[in-house]
Amino acid sequence: MTNNGLLKHRESALALVIVVLILTVAAITPDFLSAKSLLGAFNDTSMLMILAMGQMLVILTRCIDLSVAANLALTGMVVAMINAAMPGVPIPLLIVLAMVMGSVLGAINGFFVWKVGVPAIVVTLGTMSIYRGVVFLLSDGAWVNSHQMSASFIDFPRNTLIGLPVMSWIALVVVAMLFFVTRHLRFGRDFYTAGGNPTAAFYTGINVGQVQFKAFVISGMLAGLCGYLWVSRYAVAYVDVASGFELQVVAACVIGGVSIMGGLGTVLGCVLGALFLGVINNALPVIGVSPFWQMAISGAVIIIAVIANAKAEKAPGRIILRRAVTGVADVNPTATVAAKS
Amino acid sequence: MEQQDAVFSLRDVTKTFPGVKALDRVKLDLYPGEVTALIGENGAGKSTLVKTLTGIYQPDAGSIYFQSKPIIIGNPEDARQLGITAIHQETVLFDDLSVTENIFAGNYISKGFFKQLDWAAMRQRTREILLEIEAPLDHDALLRGLSIGQKHMVAIARALSCDAHVVILDEPTAALSHHEIQELYAIVNRLKAAGKAIMFITHKFDEIFAIADRYVVYRDGAFVGEGMISNVNEQTLVEMMVARSMTEPFPKVEATIGEPVLSVRDFNHPTEFADINFTVRAGEILGFYGLVGSGRTEIMQALYGLSKAATGDVEIMGQSVHLKSPADAIAAGLVYVPEERQQQGAIVDLPIYQNISLPQLNKLNPFGFLREAGEYDLARSYGERLQVKASSWSQPVNNLSGGNQQKVVIAKWLATQPKVIVMDEPTKGIDIGSKAAVHRFMSELVQEGLAVILVSSELPEVMGMADRIIVMHEGLIVGELDRNKATAERIVGLATGGIAA
Amino acid sequence: MEHVMTRTIPNTLSTPFKRYFLRWETFLLLVTVLVFFTNTQISPYFLDPWSLSDMTFNFSEKAIIALPMAMLIICREIDLSVASTIALSSVCMGLAAQAGFGIEVIFALSIIVGIGCGLFNGFIVTWFNIPSIVVTIGTMSLFRGITYVILGDTVISDYPPEFAFFGQGYVAWVISFEFTLFMILALVFYVLLHHTNFGRRTYAIGNNPVGALYSGIKVNKHKVVVFALVGAMSGLAAILLTSRLGSTRPGIAFAWELQIVTMVVLGGVSILGGSGTILGVVIAVFLMGLVTFGLGLINVPGIVMNVIIGAMLITVISIPAVLARFRERRRRSV
Repeated sequence: MTNNGLLKHRESALALVIVVLILTVAAITPDFLSAKSLLGAFNDTSMLMILAMGQMLVILTRCIDLSVAANLALTGMVVAMINAAMPGVPIPLLIVLAMVMGSVLGAINGFFVWKVGVPAIVVTLGTMSIYRGVVFLLSDGAWVNSHQMSASFIDFPRNTLIGLPVMSWIALVVVAMLFFVTRHLRFGRDFYTAGGNPTAAFYTGINVGQVQFKAFVISGMLAGLCGYLWVSRYAVAYVDVASGFELQVVAACVIGGVSIMGGLGTVLGCVLGALFLGVINNALPVIGVSPFWQMAISGAVIIIAVIANAKAEKAPGRIILRRAVTGVADVNPTATVAAKS
Repeated sequence: MEQQDAVFSLRDVTKTFPGVKALDRVKLDLYPGEVTALIGENGAGKSTLVKTLTGIYQPDAGSIYFQSKPIIIGNPEDARQLGITAIHQETVLFDDLSVTENIFAGNYISKGFFKQLDWAAMRQRTREILLEIEAPLDHDALLRGLSIGQKHMVAIARALSCDAHVVILDEPTAALSHHEIQELYAIVNRLKAAGKAIMFITHKFDEIFAIADRYVVYRDGAFVGEGMISNVNEQTLVEMMVARSMTEPFPKVEATIGEPVLSVRDFNHPTEFADINFTVRAGEILGFYGLVGSGRTEIMQALYGLSKAATGDVEIMGQSVHLKSPADAIAAGLVYVPEERQQQGAIVDLPIYQNISLPQLNKLNPFGFLREAGEYDLARSYGERLQVKASSWSQPVNNLSGGNQQKVVIAKWLATQPKVIVMDEPTKGIDIGSKAAVHRFMSELVQEGLAVILVSSELPEVMGMADRIIVMHEGLIVGELDRNKATAERIVGLATGGIAA
Repeated sequence: MEHVMTRTIPNTLSTPFKRYFLRWETFLLLVTVLVFFTNTQISPYFLDPWSLSDMTFNFSEKAIIALPMAMLIICREIDLSVASTIALSSVCMGLAAQAGFGIEVIFALSIIVGIGCGLFNGFIVTWFNIPSIVVTIGTMSLFRGITYVILGDTVISDYPPEFAFFGQGYVAWVISFEFTLFMILALVFYVLLHHTNFGRRTYAIGNNPVGALYSGIKVNKHKVVVFALVGAMSGLAAILLTSRLGSTRPGIAFAWELQIVTMVVLGGVSILGGSGTILGVVIAVFLMGLVTFGLGLINVPGIVMNVIIGAMLITVISIPAVLARFRERRRRSV
């Protein structure tokens, strides 16, 4: 397992900051501390969390996926249009369709990175424009409005189960699955090894390009899922859906401690990073801060978080002097340690 | 000894790179339950051979046989499946992962229907292996915080954790202390008893005679000879390695030793070195010897201005200097030929002439505008002086052989007309001809009044070239020996942490 | 032992043909000429001088930023906050205009704000050693966010009448001030990148930042200067854009950073750093300008244009990548 004291500290610190943030807002507007408010904030942040999970895998492998928002917009438009034209299609089927479509869009990214060798930032810059343009081509610029969507389409994520909306449950399930995969399956550890040291990973028989491909497919699949969730939640589908959202997703990961250099990051960290942004976004209107401040605060927060992470990540340097050596265990004293005269 | 069939054989294997034939129709046999020492100078082809065996390189010609069947090792995964495992000199592991995970990466223990990773079992097994090799490491420690010797232990533990038929140890003792080396021998003997074929690469003769059953000698990429260790002595092996008599290998010429050029007092770093004091004079070659990872390079890099945490007093030509960056050092007359030629020494994708002029652009072009004619002239004058072999001065440095690349690096620094030149493992990995050229050149430099600091892990080189030898061990200076009072036993003894001077 | 030098080593072996024709820029130029020709066929309005001049307004502002951006990407960094810098500079100009300052102050203020933003990026990247992509994603939000805080959803349009010259004026006949400025700056950056010590150091850092440091280059200082250049040009572009629009609104120059990066990458500058030329970027600027203008002439909506530009970017970058893979596969034989 890879837990070390430092990482745990960062996540605890972030959790603490979130709690302090909530309490501060509650001090100004006591209503914020209600279950309704807090759960509402969590629900609002669901999609950011889901997307951050996918982005985390991509960043772990030393890539970046700037096309997630465009992917979301495209899949969202497609399922909305299908629902408007054929309201009889069952929602679960639509969700599966959205995820499959999202995976294909992600696979296109992965293909160019793995097989053609184009850097991820260039590929996703390109597909970002292409996917969004396709939304326009499909819809001819028209919107799909709430009255065109079937009741079940719109209700599905809003239905509550034991007090939580289905959308929140979906987020929790996705997070739990990713948590399991990244800690307990070889498939998940491969993202860490391939990104942490691609050369060493190659020596242990891992196909780094293939792992990157898989990361993009998962990121795309989750973007597809969010495509349905978004258009259903806001009950509208149009070309500019989620415009600029990809940067929030990357920010959530970075705040959560995922290193852009690859190989470092946790599911918990990303969730906290997303919640951090989510609480801020929710809190501002509640305490009466004009929404115009939102962007500036987001930006400032990202910069501060990134600086804090960089300081925490700094390597301790080569350790040569005997007195500076770490990592020594409290072993059985009868074991003869390499004795020095 | 009962003659067994070789479990692993190479015949006529050739591997060529642009400009150099790394392996030339070589032969190799590895026998189960026996240790075969692969012996050869730098540039003999040993590391290329290891990379071929572990699937990183594919041979251009020849055949590889495993249990008498011809095989192809197309990639590292193939090598792993065949049970070939290697412990490299530079540990290639995952800094951000734990000791346990480093040992089991790619080779996890899983349980259950979903092939869930069984961390408990892996941790347990890690503890067992670590105990077996007596490495007092915490199985959850991150690799990043470990010392070089400890990282080596993890690499060895990793090799022990998989079921290997062939274990390759590539210079494994470079960073180990005397006691750790004995432990390593014990592990090797255990591997032998388990029937594994072991290839042990080293150039230290005491190790060869302590641990090996057989030997294979390579020279300049070609197979020279093989046999049983019991039938051979050191002199014969050396003759096979170098094919010339070893009487006067180093063109050491006496030079007049003048005033102190560089003086270092109370040089300290929180984790890398402590209490460093030394002086170098004009015309002198000061050798720094020690095991890999003993802190010599760290001191030189700190002197060169690359370390924020280092403290101390440094004087160049009697003037106190505060070197906070390489640019400061170069301006003060201290230049550094680094160990990593390709990452630090040169910018290999740029042409030769651009590399040579790089530190002096401001001096060459005071108004800021490039003048290629001037750069070509500079490259030609210093490149010819060092006898760089290239097809044109515009050739990217990457296309040159290792020896010529090193000459370009040295030329670059010479062109700045320095007072002190620090050379960190200057002949590592280059062919014999270029090696001799660099040595001869060093002698010329000190005759002209430069001071040279030679950091080297090659005992013959240090003993042959240096006027004084400073020995380091784990970040501290443990001895300073004059040329005529230095013996190999004393130097090595100090370097491995044994007796005091 | 050593051979005696029997012949002197020449300075260079490559023939002029190899150097001038077998390059990315030539390929790009051919494509550009092709697109130009295509445009003349698809619309009768294209070859009109005023039409062509209108086209230059389209890309000149972005192109001015693409020039130092190319240098930054060669250095292995990137600045995604340029569009937000334009917005911030623009709003500062607007405030100055409202306060009654003359155009000299307005002009200078924009450049200063731009340089300030660039320095901010540069210092955070170099002091804390953080990848610039992450830092500039943050400053992208921060700078535009500040613009929103100042402006809300209002618009400033009280600019002095002389101000309109920068973005709408002509130097001679059909040649606009914007285009002239771009061509002059292209020349300046060409000299800077290809014929000065500073440019040489840029390539050195991009090819091997560690090697450059060991060779005595002050890598951090150099990068901060390049970030400042990008900021300065963003400030300049802000002047041109604001002057052309005649007003400042917070959403100004939205998504421009991606188009600028596309110009640079299309121009042959490797996103991995270390290679690329100003000539390539200039040709790419014209190529993108021609493509968007031509598509506009046949009434293709802007968003579909983005699809074509996106596809063009991926295709164009794939070609050398595939060729490189081919070469590598042939070298690794069994």
